[in-house]
Amino acid sequence: MKKQATRDAYGQALLELGALYDNVVVLDADLSKSTKTVEFARAYPERFINAGIAEQNMMGMAAGLASCGKVVFASSFAIFATGRAFEQVRNSIAYANLNVKICATHAGITVGEDGGSHQSVEDIALMRSVPNMTVIVPADGISTRKALFQLYQHDGPAYLRLGRPAVPQIHHPEMEFAIGRAVELRSGKDLSLMACGIMVSKALQAAEILAGEGIEVSVVDMLSIKPLDKEMIISKARESGALLTLEEHSIIGGLGSGVCEVVCEYCPVPVSCLGINDLFGQSGSPEELLQYYGLGVEQIVEKARNLLKKK
Amino acid sequence: MRKIGEEELVITSEKAGIIRQEIIKMLGEAGSGHTGGSLSAADILACLYFWEMKLDPKKPDWEERDRFVLSKGHAAPVLYAALAEKGFFPREYLRTLRKLGSPLQGHPDMRQLVGVEACTGSLGQGISWAVGMALAGRMDQRNYRVYALLGDGELEEGMVWEAAMAAAHYRLDNLLALVDNNGLQIDGNIAEVMSPEPIARKFAAFNWNTLEIDGHDHRQIMEALNSGRSFKGRPTAVIAHTTKGKGCSFMENRVEWHGTAPNREETEKALAELA
Repeated sequence: MKKQATRDAYGQALLELGALYDNVVVLDADLSKSTKTVEFARAYPERFINAGIAEQNMMGMAAGLASCGKVVFASSFAIFATGRAFEQVRNSIAYANLNVKICATHAGITVGEDGGSHQSVEDIALMRSVPNMTVIVPADGISTRKALFQLYQHDGPAYLRLGRPAVPQIHHPEMEFAIGRAVELRSGKDLSLMACGIMVSKALQAAEILAGEGIEVSVVDMLSIKPLDKEMIISKARESGALLTLEEHSIIGGLGSGVCEVVCEYCPVPVSCLGINDLFGQSGSPEELLQYYGLGVEQIVEKARNLLKKK
Repeated sequence: MRKIGEEELVITSEKAGIIRQEIIKMLGEAGSGHTGGSLSAADILACLYFWEMKLDPKKPDWEERDRFVLSKGHAAPVLYAALAEKGFFPREYLRTLRKLGSPLQGHPDMRQLVGVEACTGSLGQGISWAVGMALAGRMDQRNYRVYALLGDGELEEGMVWEAAMAAAHYRLDNLLALVDNNGLQIDGNIAEVMSPEPIARKFAAFNWNTLEIDGHDHRQIMEALNSGRSFKGRPTAVIAHTTKGKGCSFMENRVEWHGTAPNREETEKALAELA
């Protein structure tokens, strides 16, 4: 299976956008080689601004540029873009409803060896709580590219959560991407796995194992965290009677919380949320960390089996 | 160099007087808001809006217009008074300050009120916003200039110095920042709470063209604006020494007037002094 990091797909898609649209401006905070904005910087130096190690000012400048008609893509690591500069994102960008797309890489524990200080497990919760903000968490390179083109067209601020490691390509190059719409990748009536980011490919692997045990589960890529695809959640809850959410993020405030908000209000069924259990990350290889924090394929299978007993 | 003659000085003095009266009236009506720091900035805004800036109230989105960012957003009344006097919206709007549904929010909101260029109020953010505007102007090869007004207490925000570094690094000579150096912040004298001094030397160290003036002397304000416009290769910082509450004797240099609006009696007293 072809693999690509979502940050690499981001860097390539930015180049395409830059060629198509003169009003695309890219900002980075001294991490352009890691966030992959460096390619855009080489191709369009007059439209690339390095803010240096100053994320708060980067977000403020992004607001100023956007208020003058630019569509700004601002990148850093997720921990700094959403944590360090949270209030700038909130007050200068989202409150003013400006065209700034915060494209943050190195989200979650799969940052790996750099450890807990650099592993953002709260960013979805932070960004999801801000009015006007759209939140997209793509699972592979193809959906990342599609997301970027959609976000360029979308009027308003957005948060695009990208990762460091290479992840399997799971979507068809001609996939339909729409903000607010989830994508069903596999169908099954016993249980629905609703995942985002790197957990989508893990969910597909878990679904294979469960199918071997005679358990048919559907797998849905919940790439649009905000707005959430309520129709999909309700339809899957009614169809399978139980939902398992999967995310490389704290169980507090992320995809699981969002799904529960919808399920509780419209169609109560048992929901189990797989994520990082209110803990900070630590150093280790990405795969080791996923295992350690309970996000491995076997652990998904186990959680799915337990959830089925509650139906 | 733009002309600074008696005629110009008479106009801006008149406008500053009107702005001060409107500040008192709207705050008296609102019953809350920031009086002292609005009055200290009245002369600066009078010179910007009625002498310096290229603006057309009939075309508020004119792409070549100069931009003003009130980084010390709590002084919203001084901005609203200047915009109304300039003709961006009817003066009656001023009576709705801080009321539910009013476009005159407690802190400036560009989405609600015509003429407002940025959403400010969370201190430190407006100067970064202005840096972004100056960068956009240069990218688009437009000749507009960008002005930001900061408080002296605001300089305690670390973000201000991130922005100062960036503006100098990118040689934004289309940017001019003014500091309303009235010496007081909510908790007291800036020298006692958290001193940002020496302010001019800090901006100079960040590689800005730096000037110090009397922020109530219109000739000095205009000369500083002229100097900033003609200075090439670096942004200009104008440290304007001002008096908080300027124009109302019982408010001047009194920290309790930072975030207090005058009651009816105080409103009348203030308006009598300003008449």
